[in-house]
Amino acid sequence: MPPLLETKDLRAGYGDLWVLHGVDLAVRPGGFTTLLGANGAGKTTMLRAICGMVRTSGEIVFAGERIDGRATEEIVRRGMAHVPDGRGTFLELTVEENLRLGAYTRRDRGVRPDIARMLEYFPKLQPRLRQQAGTLSGGEQQMLALARALLLRPVLLLLDEPSFGLAPLITREIFQIIGSINKRENVTVLVVEQNANLALSIADHAYLLETGRIVMEAPAAEIRRNEAIRRSYLGY
Amino acid sequence: MQGVAHQLLSGIATGGIYASMALALVMIYQTTHHVNFAQGEMATFSAYIAYTLISAGVPYWLAFITTILVSFFLGAVIERLIMRPMAGKPALASVGAFIGLLLLFNSLSGWIWGYEIKAFPTPFDGSPPFLAGVVSGHELGSFCISFAMLLLVYLFFRRTTLGLALRAAAHNPLSSRLVGIRVQRMFALGWGLAAALGAVAAMLIAPVVFLDPNMMGGVMLYAFAGALLGGINSPFGAVLGGYAVGIMENLAGAYLVGTELKLTLALAIIICVLIIKPSGLLGRAITTRV
Ligand SMILES: Nc1ncnc2c1ncn2[C@@H]1O[C@H](COP(=O)(O)OP(=O)(O)OP(=O)(O)O)[C@@H](O)[C@H]1O
Ligand SMILES: [Mg+2]
Repeated sequence: MPPLLETKDLRAGYGDLWVLHGVDLAVRPGGFTTLLGANGAGKTTMLRAICGMVRTSGEIVFAGERIDGRATEEIVRRGMAHVPDGRGTFLELTVEENLRLGAYTRRDRGVRPDIARMLEYFPKLQPRLRQQAGTLSGGEQQMLALARALLLRPVLLLLDEPSFGLAPLITREIFQIIGSINKRENVTVLVVEQNANLALSIADHAYLLETGRIVMEAPAAEIRRNEAIRRSYLGY
Repeated sequence: MQGVAHQLLSGIATGGIYASMALALVMIYQTTHHVNFAQGEMATFSAYIAYTLISAGVPYWLAFITTILVSFFLGAVIERLIMRPMAGKPALASVGAFIGLLLLFNSLSGWIWGYEIKAFPTPFDGSPPFLAGVVSGHELGSFCISFAMLLLVYLFFRRTTLGLALRAAAHNPLSSRLVGIRVQRMFALGWGLAAALGAVAAMLIAPVVFLDPNMMGGVMLYAFAGALLGGINSPFGAVLGGYAVGIMENLAGAYLVGTELKLTLALAIIICVLIIKPSGLLGRAITTRV
């Protein structure tokens, strides 16, 4: 089966500085892939590059089509949802409006039932539908961001550090939800994470990014078993 | 007593016009973070289009609708051709573009239609008998039209998905792209709507102040005062501010400072708001997230 997402010699950067120096990455359809790396390695930049939010060179193929150089909104419309660094919530709008915006590109009748289903996944959002999204707690905001992204009915879900700023218990809960979404809804997931241990326990495949280059790629279980790799690359 | 009622009602009538212009200013401000200095001149240009149509024998309401549509289109085109290339440029570039547009539309109006003052027709002549002496037919009609228009715009923003997307694009273009909103189209739509609001306001005020290329100068000052009073960040606040300024202007003009000093009142409001509460009564202070 060809990969759902593939980058070839992908460079990306800001201004006239490259941050990624030729990244080859492939995401298997239906898989749960994680991209690990230290602060400043270029993980966020990688997700931005895939979504056309930064300057790139090289190839990006999504669902069999080249998407490099396309506008972000057009890439999103092909079924790629991205919960960015900072979550991308519309803080001034209500929780309900945020959810409706998640389904903005859809014209089917399934939107209402889908919103109801999201509220089953994330029951904490239910009583807050009319509340301004900016007033939610960090955990609730991350749930809203996930729900918003899923309402696009994406084929591929990109997540940038879903654990950011959350207590360990909530982080685990969120990762379990992402894991079950991956299986139950058949959404392919690519998640960037600082908490390597947690990400590896749920992902099936992992890439390791170091200063803009992939230094290692392996099944998640293999990395978890191999103490030498964990020590030298992940520091635990 | 009838005098006060008269001043109050005609204040509400002109207030509707200020409110429309204030809303147009706020809509552009939300996407560009600048005040569109050319809003008044664009509106005047629209009024001239209506004038030409009506002079050519087109029935008033047909001319009215046509002018709205043409103005909408013109606003969208300005966004596409002039504002879009400004994205990512220094703030001064947008300010320069707005001033350029102001000069362009002002001299275009003067060049095409001349600088002499022209009478502009109103479809509302005569005053309803029960309100005779309190409010003129034009004031009543003008109030109804601007109010209906503001209500429609409100419903559009609050009740439709497109309106929601327009608000989202103004608040947060980056996140909007990530849910698939074609942000540039939304900006063009916003400019179109603002231009259409301005066109209606100009057609409603032209019978009162008479048509000339600088017709909207005073109106814009009041509208700006209204927008600042309510909050340049808050569409709802700007509309309330516009009505408030209209009422204040009329009452103060009649009982406080006289007609000569009315414009000074607008300036005084602007200065007071800037000193006491720069974000306006309903606006939020602009905070930059770090
Ligand atoms: N908007 C930007 N403009 C300029 N340089 C940037 C920008 N964003 C990131 N960078 C630079 O790109 C490099 C990679 O940043 P990036 O945010 O991709 O790292 P990261 O792996 O996501 O780190 P973290 O784990 O801290 O989130 C850093 O050196 C950073 O300074
Ligand atoms: Mg990052």
